[in-house]
Amino acid sequence: MTNGTGRRGLLAMAGAAGIGTGIGGRPWRSARAQAANTIRLGVITDMSGLYRDSVGPGSVALTQQAVQEFGNRGFQIEVLQADHQNRPDVGANLVRQWFDQGVDAVVDVPTSSVALAVNQIAREKNRIHLNSGAATSDLTGSQCSPNTVHWTYDTYMLAKSTAAAVVRQGGDSWFFITADYAFGHALERDTTAFVRGMGGRVLGTARTPFPGTTDFSAFLLQAQASRAKVLGFANASTDTVNCIKGAREFGLHRSMRLAALLMDVVAVRALGIEAGQGLLLTESFYWDLNDRTRALTARVRARNQDRPPAMVQAGCYGVTLHYLKTVAEMGIAAAKAGGVETVNRMKALPCDDDAFGAGYIRADGRKIHPGYLFQVKSPEESTSPWDVYKLVTTTPGDDAFRPLNEGGCALVRS
Amino acid sequence: MPADTTMTAGAATGAPEFQGPAAEAEGFWGFSRAQLAALGVMIVFLAVAPFFLYPVFLMKLLCFALFACAFNLLIGYVGLLSFGHAAYFGMGGYVAGHAAKVWGLSPELAIIAGAAAAALIGLPFGWLAIRRAGIYFAMITLALAQMVYFFCVQAPFTGGEDGIQAIPRGSLFGVVPLNSDMSMYWLVAGIFLAGFLLIHRIIHSPYGQVLKSIRENEPRAISLGYRTEDYKLMAFVLSATLAGVAGATKSLVFGIATLTDVHWSMSGEVVLMSLVGGLGTIFGPMVGAAVIVTMQNYLAEMGAWVTVIQGAIFVLCVMVFRRGLIGEIGNLLKVKL
Repeated sequence: MTNGTGRRGLLAMAGAAGIGTGIGGRPWRSARAQAANTIRLGVITDMSGLYRDSVGPGSVALTQQAVQEFGNRGFQIEVLQADHQNRPDVGANLVRQWFDQGVDAVVDVPTSSVALAVNQIAREKNRIHLNSGAATSDLTGSQCSPNTVHWTYDTYMLAKSTAAAVVRQGGDSWFFITADYAFGHALERDTTAFVRGMGGRVLGTARTPFPGTTDFSAFLLQAQASRAKVLGFANASTDTVNCIKGAREFGLHRSMRLAALLMDVVAVRALGIEAGQGLLLTESFYWDLNDRTRALTARVRARNQDRPPAMVQAGCYGVTLHYLKTVAEMGIAAAKAGGVETVNRMKALPCDDDAFGAGYIRADGRKIHPGYLFQVKSPEESTSPWDVYKLVTTTPGDDAFRPLNEGGCALVRS
Repeated sequence: MPADTTMTAGAATGAPEFQGPAAEAEGFWGFSRAQLAALGVMIVFLAVAPFFLYPVFLMKLLCFALFACAFNLLIGYVGLLSFGHAAYFGMGGYVAGHAAKVWGLSPELAIIAGAAAAALIGLPFGWLAIRRAGIYFAMITLALAQMVYFFCVQAPFTGGEDGIQAIPRGSLFGVVPLNSDMSMYWLVAGIFLAGFLLIHRIIHSPYGQVLKSIRENEPRAISLGYRTEDYKLMAFVLSATLAGVAGATKSLVFGIATLTDVHWSMSGEVVLMSLVGGLGTIFGPMVGAAVIVTMQNYLAEMGAWVTVIQGAIFVLCVMVFRRGLIGEIGNLLKVKL
């Protein structure tokens, strides 16, 4: 092969590739026409980062489960998926493109910074934002939107349940290790409000860069030096697991009480029940809660990498099912016409599914269902690998979440 | 590696073919006939593309194309490899976003504010960095850009990891609403074309001739009586300002300004774009930006493989066609593009 032809060949290949991608990009316009009888759901989630195991492929699996159980009621349903890499710009651009290509609703959207960005775009394009994964209570508070349903949980609910339980047990001085973005800030703010409200004090806080922090030792030593009674982790998933492991290595668990403010079964499995035993935490779904949750788990387990669903993943199931029921009730043409009308109909329709039981969606977009305070079992109490929680208390839905008039949501005042 | 790239910059543009003012005076505005033809193709593409391709994608492409052109002004025509251009791109975006959202400025003023901010950062940074050449220049610009990144992580107005969200596009001159993608597209295309022509004009002005002489042989330029540091600083600030315009426009297009745009990997990406397209060619950076942005967009489903493919293309460019796509095409057709 002579050098000259090699170069020319490569150029031709590069040119062909360019043309190929150009053609590949064109169908975005024609996609609209064929979609009149299809509901397109886009699951946008963390497929590659630190939250992957709590959301990610499981969120997609549970969304597909909801679509399958809903069945065929006169319209087709298509489920797309994408990875937002925990970056607000990536998430916002993907969702904008999806909406322009005729996606009707985005599902899951974990990572609060991404969710708040997506929230704006759904409103601008008058589509639907079905949030399960994000935690910030601002989604139904200062940044609430008529196009958004916030299904699974929020920082206020976590703070109210877990923090209050810890303070009641004598933990009245706190130090926070906080993920330095919208979620961490909201969780720290809501927890601080409860701790102070019950007469406790916050002695300090260490904010850790997100995403990308894997070594928390400097922050843990800062926490130790504060001499607070409670070390609160205002972070999630892998971050929390790394923090707790680090804290145990430094022996912090002997001098301080560890409070994981957002934790789910997957994280507890990752941490190990040995290291996690005795932790108090709050969830709105646990696979072994009742007959209905166990039945759902049995149905979905094969599809979900042989794991029971985590809370956020179950939320994707619940919110998708409720959305599809609403579409069936109001008719696909009306449902596709506008996001606000469909979300209003979702709020009017009572909710009931196997994961969360009966509930309803409030005017500010908040889904109301009970919150459960769990304690992680000791290795002796646990009978199977996923048998990790015992139920401590159940807070009824109306008490679990922030009262409607306290969030500062513009939809409530009007 | 950066020192090596700086050297190829000279080689890629064909050092012996240095064109004097007389050679460039022919044609319209310093464009040769081949360049005019290419410009015509580009303008037709800009006019037709939004009817076939997704306008938001095209706007992203044009913002990066302008960014790459601004970067190319420095590396292709002065021979300075800046490894910190993300600082000007990102800060331009942040300041424009803040101006549009918090101060309520109209989009054209927000973009000017972003450009001014980039120029203000570029001035001291350039003043410091041009004292050194080659790899030291690259490392100083990188270090300064990292300081800007850290500032952006910590400063309250940038929103840290959340970024500045919900930046309104507003109305151009307070009259033309930009909410529709098509009207925004025409604005972005206009900004790109203006920036592109400005860079072309700079390169073909007497000032640009001095820049090229500095690239070819700085001691000789000094011996001819040119204060080369002033020329280099001016070029640096111009490049930073245009990068700021690109960043500001991008933040208005997407309504969001985030840390991604100030991260050092963005500085690397613009090097890649210029290299793939062809250093020191007028049209190269635009084509390079188009190739990279298209890949990122349409290969996004492959996840982590995008960066692997990008890396492979980078290696391929450096090994096989060192002049870049446009440089090689120009070489085949025996014209300067």
